[in-house]
Amino acid sequence: MGMHPLSWQTRDPDQILYLPAVQSAAPRTPHREARRAKECCIQKNPSLILEGERIGDIIAAHDLEKRFGDVAAVDRVSFRVREGEVFGFLGPNGAGKTTTMKMIQCISPKSGGSLEVFGMDVDTHPREIKSRIGVVPQENNLDPDFTAYRNLLVYARYFGIPKSVAEERAERLLGFMRLEEKRDVLIEKLSGGMKRRLIVARALVNEPELLILDEPTIGLDPQARHLIWETLRGLRAEGNTLVLTTHYLDEAERLCDRLVIMDHGRILIEGAPAEIVHEYAGNEVIEIERTEKTAALLDKLGVAYDVAGDMLQVFTDRADEIVGELLDLCRHEAAITVRPATLEDVFLRLTGRKLRE
Amino acid sequence: MIECIQRVGSVWQRNLEAFLRTYRVNFIPPFIEPLLYLLALGFGLGTYIEAVDGVPYPVFIAPALVSISVMNSAFYECTYSSFVRMYYQKTFDAIIATPVSIDEVIAGEMIWGATRGVIYAGLMLPVLILFGVAAMPSSLLLIPFAFIAGLLFAGIAMCFTAITPSIETLNYPSFLFITPMFLFSGTFFPLELLPDAVRCAALAALPLTHVVEINRAITLEAVSAANLLNLAWIAVATAIFCSLAIRLMRRRLVV
Repeated sequence: MGMHPLSWQTRDPDQILYLPAVQSAAPRTPHREARRAKECCIQKNPSLILEGERIGDIIAAHDLEKRFGDVAAVDRVSFRVREGEVFGFLGPNGAGKTTTMKMIQCISPKSGGSLEVFGMDVDTHPREIKSRIGVVPQENNLDPDFTAYRNLLVYARYFGIPKSVAEERAERLLGFMRLEEKRDVLIEKLSGGMKRRLIVARALVNEPELLILDEPTIGLDPQARHLIWETLRGLRAEGNTLVLTTHYLDEAERLCDRLVIMDHGRILIEGAPAEIVHEYAGNEVIEIERTEKTAALLDKLGVAYDVAGDMLQVFTDRADEIVGELLDLCRHEAAITVRPATLEDVFLRLTGRKLRE
Repeated sequence: MIECIQRVGSVWQRNLEAFLRTYRVNFIPPFIEPLLYLLALGFGLGTYIEAVDGVPYPVFIAPALVSISVMNSAFYECTYSSFVRMYYQKTFDAIIATPVSIDEVIAGEMIWGATRGVIYAGLMLPVLILFGVAAMPSSLLLIPFAFIAGLLFAGIAMCFTAITPSIETLNYPSFLFITPMFLFSGTFFPLELLPDAVRCAALAALPLTHVVEINRAITLEAVSAANLLNLAWIAVATAIFCSLAIRLMRRRLVV
């Protein structure tokens, strides 16, 4: 059987974890994990969103929708972001993360459903909402006509912040983001990491209650990423609410209290990173070199596995047992490794291995 | 209302500060260019021309040079420069993430375009006075009127910017609209020389004709009731184009 190297195949039909279908149609053979996924999908009970826990919710979206012509970029998603948490949106390119961010920022009108930020409707109170949020956009849109310091001052003026207050904040934020030395340097002379830090500083100039970060560490070196993470954790410790999108699963695992994984405009799952990993990938992953023999062995043992390129992956809570059996049967014939499951495993299982443009 | 003015003002002030940062490149060209025209056309070519409607040729073209300068500064500011800020620098995107709305951004941009017209008119006036081709003190009126004329061209420009697919296609209005206006708006020869039909078409469709008539009335100290018609045309066109520009920009940027 010909197999595309990037394809992800599951041999046991009962093991097919085809989550994109979960929301639209029940899988043929409901599996424990798939069933849990369905329960976890926050489509579960709209009344929960409308009634319960509204107090303390910074963002409440219900059946939120964004259409471009016939295409649903965001397809009736519901989620709540609580005060003081770091909430992540994960998903491949084109999943609808940025579009969702733009609707929260009140710069892209929604096509349907409801969306409240700070308890206010985004359609009727955009100005009030925007004055209380800080935005780190995906693209660097610092003002190239000005120095780092003036960028902050000019930006503060858009919020109507008095000059003396803005000057004091600009100095403090430059220090906070370790950019004091670049105070009077034009934007084009800053490195990628410095620009990103300056954008974070700029997003804080209005002392926002909610910070929205769209791919905050994209294209940064490890040092710069760690500095941004440190900053974000510091902001969270001060009680700020943070919403971020990211492609980096380690970033999400480190930073997020809760997260959703989106694909094709829909939310597939929601939960705390550790819970998600445990539920959708188990505790450990056994990776076995893919040969005819190893595949046949697993079949014989009745162990379900996924095919990932030249590897077979077994997601399990009883790795010792399975590895023991495997070693007995094919020692020295195939490489076997065991490692803890990560968010990346969940992500790839849910969204597939096909490349996205 | 006051807050709205402040927000529009914050956009305007951003552009003013960026302009002042590079004041050397910004102040010299508007100073030099009309000077060259005045020398070449007014005092060069003009020596072969006795007078136009009883007015020496340099005096005839002086108010037109101010009009052209106001038109160019406002038009190019709100086409190429605004497009760069909108499309390449993403400055508008950055601003609308704050309490400033897209309407206020565009209003600030157009008012800034008009302000550039005022700055250029202000820079040219001393030159014209020096050459003795603008009557004083009536010519001081050129400066406030430059704001009104500037807003008209800024509005027209912003409409083009809102619909242009790329920066290259802005060359169309530049060559097909601005260049003919530069030549056929009673600038270097009186409109009366044109056939009636063409003259009427120019008055109806070329905004610069009205601006030149008013500026010429100002520098020749010959303001008349007829200029009220010019002013009315400008007021109506400015209102139409500025509000249309905001609508078109909203359509382009709010998706």
